[in-house]
Amino acid sequence: MKDRACIVGIGETAYCRKPGSGMSPLGLQLRAAVRAIEDAGLDGSQIDGLLPFPNLGSAESFAANLGCENLRYAATLHMGGAAPVASLQAAATAVAQGVAHHVLIPAGWNAYSGRRVAETVSMDVASIPGGAIARDYYIPHGLTAPMQWYALIARRHMHEFGTTAEQLGAIALAARRHAQHNPNAVMRGRPLSLDDYLASPMLADPYRLFDCCLETDGAAAVVVTSAERARDLRRDPVYIMGAASGQPYPADEITNRRDLFRTGLSIAAPEAFAMAGLVPDDVDFAEIYDCFTFEVLQQIEEAGFCKRGEGGAFVEGGRIELGGALPVNTHGGLLSEAHVLGMNHIVEAVRQLRGSAGERQVRGAEVGVVTGWGDFGDGSIAILRR
Amino acid sequence: MSEATRRPAKPLPELEGLAKEFYAFCRQGELRFQRCSGCGAWRHVPREMCAACGSFEWEWSKSSGRGRVFTWTVVARALHPAFAQDVPFAPAVIELEEGVRLLSQVVDCAPEALCVGMPVEVVFDAATPEIALPRFRRAPD
Repeated sequence: MKDRACIVGIGETAYCRKPGSGMSPLGLQLRAAVRAIEDAGLDGSQIDGLLPFPNLGSAESFAANLGCENLRYAATLHMGGAAPVASLQAAATAVAQGVAHHVLIPAGWNAYSGRRVAETVSMDVASIPGGAIARDYYIPHGLTAPMQWYALIARRHMHEFGTTAEQLGAIALAARRHAQHNPNAVMRGRPLSLDDYLASPMLADPYRLFDCCLETDGAAAVVVTSAERARDLRRDPVYIMGAASGQPYPADEITNRRDLFRTGLSIAAPEAFAMAGLVPDDVDFAEIYDCFTFEVLQQIEEAGFCKRGEGGAFVEGGRIELGGALPVNTHGGLLSEAHVLGMNHIVEAVRQLRGSAGERQVRGAEVGVVTGWGDFGDGSIAILRR
Repeated sequence: MSEATRRPAKPLPELEGLAKEFYAFCRQGELRFQRCSGCGAWRHVPREMCAACGSFEWEWSKSSGRGRVFTWTVVARALHPAFAQDVPFAPAVIELEEGVRLLSQVVDCAPEALCVGMPVEVVFDAATPEIALPRFRRAPD
């Protein structure tokens, strides 16, 4: 599959909190989709593959609105925030095999003006694959939201490896600094200091307010096609060198994992790097799914950018900031740009590799990584090049 | 309307299938987990078969109820309205002597006093006349 598929179109809406998008979640995603399709130089009838995000709109309704008269491949991967990058893998496989020619991957929601992310699972346990286990064994004890599940893993990491609040803060600060260079970032114009971070209210120890992703309205989309077809399109293609996804074991229950830190990415990352023929040192930047700060640290470890237990030291001293050895979440991420389910991470990676990231451009960016994280630790990763 | 009736009800387990059996023992004041009849492995949450040896045979075996705090969090802002009155409270993962882990709460310990490795033992908290939740209190080391 290496280099046989490309991202050829990207699209986003404005990202916002107050007063909300004023659109339906489908309407919002369709606007991002139209921009991605236009960016690729295609029209709706040429989209013959669709991979919508779980529970946010059916392929049928996307196709009916966009005029996809020739749809022949549609699927949804139930991996929560790992779904967009896992869908990139599925799309790359599909176009490489000729199952579809042009695959659209949309995602987006009204996570500010609609139902808040933090309340979704306890109000609708069917929304995630492990929901019935959460309902019967976690939620009765007041463990109702992703922030709280993952806090258990973060706390154990702090116990085993001495990871500190200041190290988690370094991740929040890097995202916020990057957001200052992004016109579409919700947190542009609102800088954050380490003192501000440490003074922010504790929500679910060790997570403070500024360890947590934003809740925002917005949508993003990308279009994937084969390398052959990409040559005839208007944009310089971004090649998918390697892509993989994986699940922790057991994926539907967090507490009884023999190894609490082995998540889907632990399986996926070595596979994706092997496919790409690269090692983590070859990567110029990484857009890492940042639902909470610790998940960034953990994915940096499990993706192989450093050894397990060394993530805390890795994120210190500006290494993950623009100008550092591995700039992470150059757009500001879910923490400081917007929570667009990680689709905004893919869009940013493409922008960086096109050289069109403006004042936050990583100089000489040739290879970038994008990851996804979802549900109880499902993981996905793609390695992209210009 | 009184404060109590305005407060939303706490979410409870759905008493179906194997969860129904697990909680029926809790209501009798017993913490039992599935134990594989093929290889003897304990397991939680309840499953249809043993992932280690493939056996569909198992029994509900009684746990000593003793264990240690494996990890924990302190919820300072409830993200479900039914728990708003309880903050701060500390959901904790307890590793039982049998090796299985259970998400619960340590009830007699201030959240700031919790630590990994703290010895605890099970107690049962009657959430309703039908449902008792397994909780833990501090135990001598």
